[in-house]
Amino acid sequence: MSSPGPVLRIRDGSVGYGARSLWSGLDLDLVAGEFLAVLGPNGAGKTTLLRVALGLHPLRTGVITVDGEPPRRGSGRIGYVPQQRATAPLAPVLVRELVRFGLDGGRWGPGWPSRTPRHRVGEALAAVDATALADRAVAELSGGELQRVRVAQALATDPVLLLCDEPLASLDAPRREALSALIDRRRRTHGTAIVFVTHDINPVLPYVDRVLYLAGGGFGLGSAADILASESLSALHDTNVTVDWSAGRIFISGVPHSPRDLQAVR
Amino acid sequence: MSLWERMFVFDDYGELLSLLHNSIIAGAVLGVVCGVISVFVTYRDLAFAVHGVSELSFAGAAGFLLLGANVVTGSLIGALLAALLIGLLGERARDRNSVIGVLMPFGLGLGVLFLALYKGRAANKFGLLTGQIVAVDASRLAVLSAIAAVVLAALAVLWRPLTFASLDPEVATARGVPLRLLGPAFMLLLGATVAAAIQIVGALLVLSVICTPGVAATMVTARRGLATALSVLFATVSTVGGILLALGGTLPISPYITTLSFAFYLGCRIFAAIRGVRSRRGHRSDRHEQTSLEDQPLARGPVTGPRLHPSAVGLHAPPETVIRTE
Repeated sequence: MSSPGPVLRIRDGSVGYGARSLWSGLDLDLVAGEFLAVLGPNGAGKTTLLRVALGLHPLRTGVITVDGEPPRRGSGRIGYVPQQRATAPLAPVLVRELVRFGLDGGRWGPGWPSRTPRHRVGEALAAVDATALADRAVAELSGGELQRVRVAQALATDPVLLLCDEPLASLDAPRREALSALIDRRRRTHGTAIVFVTHDINPVLPYVDRVLYLAGGGFGLGSAADILASESLSALHDTNVTVDWSAGRIFISGVPHSPRDLQAVR
Repeated sequence: MSLWERMFVFDDYGELLSLLHNSIIAGAVLGVVCGVISVFVTYRDLAFAVHGVSELSFAGAAGFLLLGANVVTGSLIGALLAALLIGLLGERARDRNSVIGVLMPFGLGLGVLFLALYKGRAANKFGLLTGQIVAVDASRLAVLSAIAAVVLAALAVLWRPLTFASLDPEVATARGVPLRLLGPAFMLLLGATVAAAIQIVGALLVLSVICTPGVAATMVTARRGLATALSVLFATVSTVGGILLALGGTLPISPYITTLSFAFYLGCRIFAAIRGVRSRRGHRSDRHEQTSLEDQPLARGPVTGPRLHPSAVGLHAPPETVIRTE
């Protein structure tokens, strides 16, 4: 299990590509069981934050530790849930085999079938109520089923930190809520810290402890109520952004170049 | 002589069999290695790359034939060069296909040039393109077996990360699987396999043993172990069966191999189609059950077990707000 210190710690972190800086001066301590939602427009550096934690991208300045140590590629202490894609390159593979990739897919050698991995794959599937899917082909799954299996795959190593990169994209509303509830349950039962990148805050709003909003080279970090407010977002975007809270849901308008605005223009 | 008699001649079959037992062993060895690599070719969508590598391998073989040097060495050099170029330049599928489309005609043209300049036996020329069985002597069999052994051993080591990277590249990247290393490494193994296969099947029809078996096998099963076993079976029966059928005839070996291989593909396709219709008809109630399972909302009631949620156990004070703009 995790050490008493923060699961994810960033001190004065900044990243960028070439001459372009994405965000800088980020201080973040994520404790066990905490749920952090990461929001912001496309290209603000949300996915880059996940890549930094995975050890795939270096910080330009500052320090990052995961469970007290510098990020290491292929660490079993981090689980990763990708976006569900309509055209997944997932060719013929069974659900339990896909989940097993998450357990030991990176190790050398053929990996013969044996009891321990089989047992852990079974546990991971049970944790997302997907035991019945174990022997189905991945290609046959619905979008919601596939994302549940993705969570099982990410949890196979019992990570201390779960990184989710827009796992709700292309799911319908009930599936979004079900998947969010599932991830919330995990952090409550196992103390897994969650970093949840999303375009739509509403499905995870009941579970979010803090929000990290990345925009325009800056960031806002705090409670959902403080950050997702007209004043904060207007300051971050340097333009008038209106945030409406209504019946426990949030509606944001006026964000430049946001997908919703583009839809409205069309 | 009727066409049938030209296609299937079994006079003095026993004697031929003993004369050509090297070829039969070579066919079996090839079948195994091609069958195994074929599954990965299917996973990684590399059919076109196989074709491209085989044309450059042909150029290498033709060049060495012209120089009077070892043909297998030539085809191995050509195949490995092509595989490395494709592996390094074409990391993304689109780039890869362009690179192959550019390299392939160049290789084929070189090969044609070398063959035109070659003054030796015509059968040698034709064999490189469409396959041959007579040319497998003990030393060539040894070389083919060595290539097969190296490829199979390397695949065994790369097995798990290569499967992960091929089937689930996004998560594999996140988990630190070295995709940039595995791609070119696999291309080299593929190049070596193509060079070996060309010696029997010929450059033009290599796909029938390196692509078709894997496609057929993965069509009928999503179990990776079973798919590999089936693919090996299909490839081996195609090569060995093709050789046995072609022994007595005067025709090149490749049509026998390609037809057997295609027959397996057809059989698998039909099997998959029938199973698809049956499962739609028979398991409608099942399917419904599965959908309703999906619709079931997750239990949101009190959760037992350690509650480590910070706000629940008071690990930290209500979050501070930081706004930082650039």
